[in-house]
Amino acid sequence: MTIPASTIGTDQAAVVFDGVSKRFAASGQSAAFTALNNVSLTVGRGSITGIIGRSGAGKSTLIRLVNGLEKPSAGKVLVDGVDVGALDEAGLRELRRSVGMIFQHFNLLSSRTVFGNVALPLEIAGMDRRAIDGRVRPLLDLVGLADKHGRYPAELSGGQKQRIGIARALATEPKLLLSDEATSALDPETTQSILELLKRINADLGLTVLLITHEMEVVKAVTSDVAVIDKGEIVERGHTFDVFTHPKHETTRALLSGLPGSKLPEAIARGLKPAAAAGDRLVVRLTFFGAAAERPLISQLIQSIGAEVNIIAGTIDDIGGKPYGSLVVAYGADPETSGKADRFFAENGLVTEVLGYVA
Amino acid sequence: MSPDLLLLIGKATLDTLRMVAIAGFIGALIGLPIGIFLATSGKGELFPAPNVNRAVGLVVNATRSTPFIILVVAIIPFTRLVTGTSIGTKAAIVPLTIATIPFFARLVEAAIRDVDRGLIEAARAMGATPMQIVFKVLLAEARPALTLALTMTIVSLIGYSAMVGAVGGGGLGDLGIRYGYQRFRPDVMLIVVIVLIVLVQIVQSAGDRLARGFDKRGRKT
Repeated sequence: MTIPASTIGTDQAAVVFDGVSKRFAASGQSAAFTALNNVSLTVGRGSITGIIGRSGAGKSTLIRLVNGLEKPSAGKVLVDGVDVGALDEAGLRELRRSVGMIFQHFNLLSSRTVFGNVALPLEIAGMDRRAIDGRVRPLLDLVGLADKHGRYPAELSGGQKQRIGIARALATEPKLLLSDEATSALDPETTQSILELLKRINADLGLTVLLITHEMEVVKAVTSDVAVIDKGEIVERGHTFDVFTHPKHETTRALLSGLPGSKLPEAIARGLKPAAAAGDRLVVRLTFFGAAAERPLISQLIQSIGAEVNIIAGTIDDIGGKPYGSLVVAYGADPETSGKADRFFAENGLVTEVLGYVA
Repeated sequence: MSPDLLLLIGKATLDTLRMVAIAGFIGALIGLPIGIFLATSGKGELFPAPNVNRAVGLVVNATRSTPFIILVVAIIPFTRLVTGTSIGTKAAIVPLTIATIPFFARLVEAAIRDVDRGLIEAARAMGATPMQIVFKVLLAEARPALTLALTMTIVSLIGYSAMVGAVGGGGLGDLGIRYGYQRFRPDVMLIVVIVLIVLVQIVQSAGDRLARGFDKRGRKT
């Protein structure tokens, strides 16, 4: 049995949002609005926690509260037990040196080389030249860009720039890494390689990662815990696997519907009928987790019902490191075949959902 | 061309260079921090002081909207206070400097404001002090634009310096007016114009080249 993220004790928490609200006063042409409304959330130490929401949901504001780039209007944000809102400017600067941050548009200095960019936070912290050199080189190795140390950002690809951003964020040896849409400007392949790097850093350095994103793919690929934010409120949270397999809130479902394999092919969806006629086939969605996802279920199904099975749509994937599968299959709707199938599903602990009938 | 004329042109060129160099140097030295202040002291910025920002902006605008020739005459008492005289090349440097400060400050402000806000946020997230952000981020990133701003300032100064002949400022402009225009010597006028064109050309190409060298944004593998 796993413990939901929300019940993790504060002593194990890297970050705690406690009833946090953020209101922006009206200024110029923009009206006053509430970016966050009474948000409570715990980020477990050593976890990769994702906060997902559509743009304008308040996730950028939320992540900026952690290192004090924004101040809460109400409530408290605790980082390693320290109340961020109570810190003065000097205290905030000290905190920020122990919290790394990476950005959607990388925010590298164009005037500095790769080496110079990674060295910047160390210069800011007042470290001497030699010590900086000793710190930067292994970081460039870690992100796989040691050979690029004398290049300028303009000479690098997006993925390479983000690797530099990560190396820079790690330079001060933080315990917490904030990722602000770090892969949103990257293509899918590069996104995967950056996510792999984040996972590796999380595992090897024991670094807590708090990331915000609007892409379910990102949450699915790396996070252990997730919170869904909508209109400034947390609408759902828990272990990523649970949220993905049993989404409760409408926003979560809407975000999940963008994932491949979750939708029926258009031609099939159009041909679905709510009731069976003679000779029709039954369309069923099977969802299976854990060990079941690794067994040859379809061939076993065919054997046990003694009839043909069509695979209409499907995906087998990892969510938060656990295998998860979703298959849409069709087989004879006659009572004998479907009865055998039902027994097979029950014996194997598969979750099924009847979608309809096709001719 | 007589050796006397050559001597006159040589001296006038040196006078112009001296005025431009000194006024440019002092003007930029004072204009730079004012420009940085203008770019960073708005509401919610690094050194928030919106009222002072507005006041400084007002003074800068007032100085910039005063025609240079009027500025030269209007500040004669101040010029005398600083240099002990109100005529000659030395005296001319005072109004030239005064005119340079707001001109350069506005260009600096624009150059600094052009630096990506994301870089300021990144630096803040690293725990940088506002001063560190100015020196390590803003000035470093704005260096190509600042170089071009300085170039533009010097070119304008060369133009302004032609006007200080009105207070006996000397230099190429003065030579052109007194010999070329008042004594009907089109040859002198032509030479003055050519020397000015060459000067501006040299300054502009040197500035452009320097700025390109500082600019690492456009490089591709």
